Amino acid sequence: MPENFTAETYNADSLTEDLSDAAEVTPKAVTPKVETQADLSAELKAIGYAYAAKLSSGGEPETQPRLDFAPYRSSILRHPTKSLHHADPETIELYSPAFGHQDVHALESDLTIQHNGEPQGERIIVAGRVLDGDGRPVAGQLVEIWQANASGRYIHKRDQHPAPLDPHFTGVGRCITGPDGSYRFTTIKPGAYPWKNHLNAWRPAHIHFSLFGNEFTQRIVTQMYFPGDQLFPLDPIYQSIVDQDARDRLVASYDHELTEPEWALGYNWDIVLTGSKRTWTENEALGAEGDHHE
Amino acid sequence: MRPSGRKVTTMSDSKLTATPGQTVGPFYGYALPYEKDGELLPPGSPGSIRLQGTVYDGAGHPVPDAILEIWQPDADGKIVHRTGSLVRDGYTFTGWGRSSVGNSGVYTFTTVNPGPTGPGAAPFIAVTVFARGLMNRLFTRIYLPENQEALAADPLLNSLDPDRRQTLIARRDPDGGLTWDVRMQGEGETVFLDFDGGPADGKDRQ
Repeated sequence: MPENFTAETYNADSLTEDLSDAAEVTPKAVTPKVETQADLSAELKAIGYAYAAKLSSGGEPETQPRLDFAPYRSSILRHPTKSLHHADPETIELYSPAFGHQDVHALESDLTIQHNGEPQGERIIVAGRVLDGDGRPVAGQLVEIWQANASGRYIHKRDQHPAPLDPHFTGVGRCITGPDGSYRFTTIKPGAYPWKNHLNAWRPAHIHFSLFGNEFTQRIVTQMYFPGDQLFPLDPIYQSIVDQDARDRLVASYDHELTEPEWALGYNWDIVLTGSKRTWTENEALGAEGDHHE
Repeated sequence: MRPSGRKVTTMSDSKLTATPGQTVGPFYGYALPYEKDGELLPPGSPGSIRLQGTVYDGAGHPVPDAILEIWQPDADGKIVHRTGSLVRDGYTFTGWGRSSVGNSGVYTFTTVNPGPTGPGAAPFIAVTVFARGLMNRLFTRIYLPENQEALAADPLLNSLDPDRRQTLIARRDPDGGLTWDVRMQGEGETVFLDFDGGPADGKDRQ
């Protein structure tokens, strides 16, 4: 632990403190008290009890994260306070940008071969399918991932965690889904890393995923977690999804069938986008090949 | 592909529950941006305009770690289906772009004025907003300020109070470009859209 930690350091915005104009743009947390994990956990627990009570009195399960979730301190000034306005998607919103093999090289799905040597850490395969809310495969679409290295360090210049960078690992990958919506990455299992939401805050190991659907309205950015992580109950970002079934949808399954002998452990994770709003033609519904857009 | 361990794969399942979103976090900067990501066509080329603005938080401060995506028809109102957004060749208009804000919260795109997608339709650009501290992406629209008749007939704009409606309409700059700011919270809060409807999907409601 750094010796000179202060309330200001740990209550400060987790990121912008090393930016030149951070003092102006970063609201400080409300009190100078050092907020501990115990403080945060008490808040998380209270939210959990309230949600359980709501469910038991017949409330609908919440399937998405709460935008207004104060335990993640950076969300306090960054969530809309007015309700989202219901709109029927129109014209351009019923279609999605097209990506293809012109955009992404096949080798970009292997994060372990981007340099001149083998990265440190546990080599893994992460694979699954992207489906829409009606169970149709999302074919020929872009999947982007980024992650910390095995030590829990991002190559990003703003990551000041004193863990080693790996000269053989960048932590960025892309692929285009197959005709059945399948994707597959070879990478390194990321480490947990500390952040400054509160004192002794640690993020569970995760891989960031960015996905496009067949329609603009299906766009999603999310995070995939690993099964059995002891940090789940402590992490305000994971806990911003208050429903356990919904949280479970972000956790990959260890899959020995995906594991390759003498090579890498396999994890399976399927992603479901929101339902289609467009009336599909027969060809679209049958599922097209990647690069079907010229 | 093998069947997966979860029962999410058949078309006969009428409705599957969507995977939750999560914040884009602070470290997308070495992953999502790419060369010419915000240049839907080369700056200075015929018909090109600058679309720019600032992302503000609830205290009115610029947000230095937000990233925006736009998706729009071409100048004739045609929805294009062309690949190549990630490898701009300088000729192909794909209709899609991405721009991360700088330290002062400003994003910039080079694009064209979208055309109307049908007779009398108000042209707009579809937008997705991501930021550290924002738990899930937000959808919204940027309308062109001209053609009052079309704006007055637009179903979405018509469903909004006059002051809120204004948050979706860009300003025309003297150089022909567009300025449109995002206010994530508070006074002048941008109208963000919910395409799925229903309080059961966990969106914030009051």
